[in-house]
Amino acid sequence: MALYSEKVMEHFKNPQNMGKIEGADGVGKVGNVICGDVMYIYIKVKDNVIEDIKFETFGCAAAIATSSMMTELAKGKTLDEAEKITRDDVANELGGLPPLKVHCSNLAADALHDAIKDYRSKSK
Amino acid sequence: MSPMDRVYFDHAATTPVREEVLEAMQPYFSEKYGNASSLHSFGQEAREALETSRATVAKLIGANPEEVIFTGSGTESNNTILKGTAFHKKKGHIITSAIEHPCVLNVCKWLETRGFDVTYLPVNNEGIVSPGDFANAFRNDTIIASVMTANNEIGSIQPIEELQKIASEKGVPFHTDAVQGFGKIPLARTDALTVSAHKLYGPKGVGVLCTKGIDFDPLLHGGGHETGRRSGTENVAGAVGFARAAELAFAEMGKEAKRQTALRDQLIDGLLAIDRTHLNGPREKRLPNNVNVWFEFIEGEALVLMLDGEGIAASTGSACSQKELKASHALLALGLEAHQAHGSLRMTIGRPTTEKEVDYALEKIPPVVQRLRKMSPFKKEYAGFGGEK
Repeated sequence: MALYSEKVMEHFKNPQNMGKIEGADGVGKVGNVICGDVMYIYIKVKDNVIEDIKFETFGCAAAIATSSMMTELAKGKTLDEAEKITRDDVANELGGLPPLKVHCSNLAADALHDAIKDYRSKSK
Repeated sequence: MSPMDRVYFDHAATTPVREEVLEAMQPYFSEKYGNASSLHSFGQEAREALETSRATVAKLIGANPEEVIFTGSGTESNNTILKGTAFHKKKGHIITSAIEHPCVLNVCKWLETRGFDVTYLPVNNEGIVSPGDFANAFRNDTIIASVMTANNEIGSIQPIEELQKIASEKGVPFHTDAVQGFGKIPLARTDALTVSAHKLYGPKGVGVLCTKGIDFDPLLHGGGHETGRRSGTENVAGAVGFARAAELAFAEMGKEAKRQTALRDQLIDGLLAIDRTHLNGPREKRLPNNVNVWFEFIEGEALVLMLDGEGIAASTGSACSQKELKASHALLALGLEAHQAHGSLRMTIGRPTTEKEVDYALEKIPPVVQRLRKMSPFKKEYAGFGGEK
């Protein structure tokens, strides 16, 4: 069996929503360069909906694929809906991850939640 | 250049079996299949092939045939000499280096849990052990010292002749894991030596342990094969393949070392021309086939998988690629930070590698590095990149 599912490889090879949003409404930064992966998530919010979302990731194929997958799941959702995206949702959408790489999907969901938190704290 | 299907830059992992080797092995599967321990003619023709192979390997090493035993792998040879010596002595101290292959390091770590003391010698920033440190590490109860001939990740070549001389003066047996160096560079004669066939265009599953004047307990007890030092029915075809592969490697060593060194340097220079790229390991005291660099801002597993998509097979010491999610111990021993080791790429060339393949790799790698850097959040201060300034 291949290391990664086809869906993971697809997102890794053609990542969606890659890049940075200048003047983002919320930014999430998670991870640690010592242990491996670092993700930055940028969101643009309009009427409580995530209108645009982009990522920058330093990490392995799984980290890049989960970043991409998560942005697809979150784009167009209301903040309340997006907050409910779980770590498992990201991994499941990708057709599963190798056990050692599950922490990468944790990182993507965490980064999204972090960005939403950042937006909410700024817009208070 | 027309796109190449696949190019293999991972000869330190394993090599293809040479046709001449396969041909030499062929009769020993279905035709001359006897058990080398049997008295009848079937057994005797197998025995003869085994002993001829042993003599061939011994001669190349500069040893006597009775000093050579065939094992199932380099891992087994290393386990046998280290655990075998430890079991025989029952207690004591072992000297090794911090950059050994896991099949030496993990044996030593395990022996520590069984009451043995181990000194793990540091290396300098080029991955080379200091003979002074080595000499100072000996204790009254040191039972064996083991330092690899050349490192599998960064290709650094150790001063083996000097280390052997020091160990001899101390009266302690010296072993070297020569899996990466055998057949590629001339070897110093040591008290004990580990070699593996599949790194030199021979079959997988065959190793050699060559020892001189060392008492060690066998790892495998059984029918007393290999003069009681390694039981288990002899892998005759494997031994024949080993001998043929070694013979060919030694015959071509000078020519191949020169050719591969030129390709290696072309590859190193080409990779270092990519901005913010650094060489791991020494420039000079390096295996002719080893290239190892690290790229700032990117992670090695993603790089290796993306290169695989371009048909380029390479490897990395990144934590993300390891089973334990820890960065390569050898790279960390050089003094690299974890994130630097994450960005490492190892490319190892071999007999089949051509200049055209090196050109192809050097054409394909820079855009892949750029692509991954574009995804990375760590490029703020990186003005040389076409994206963010």
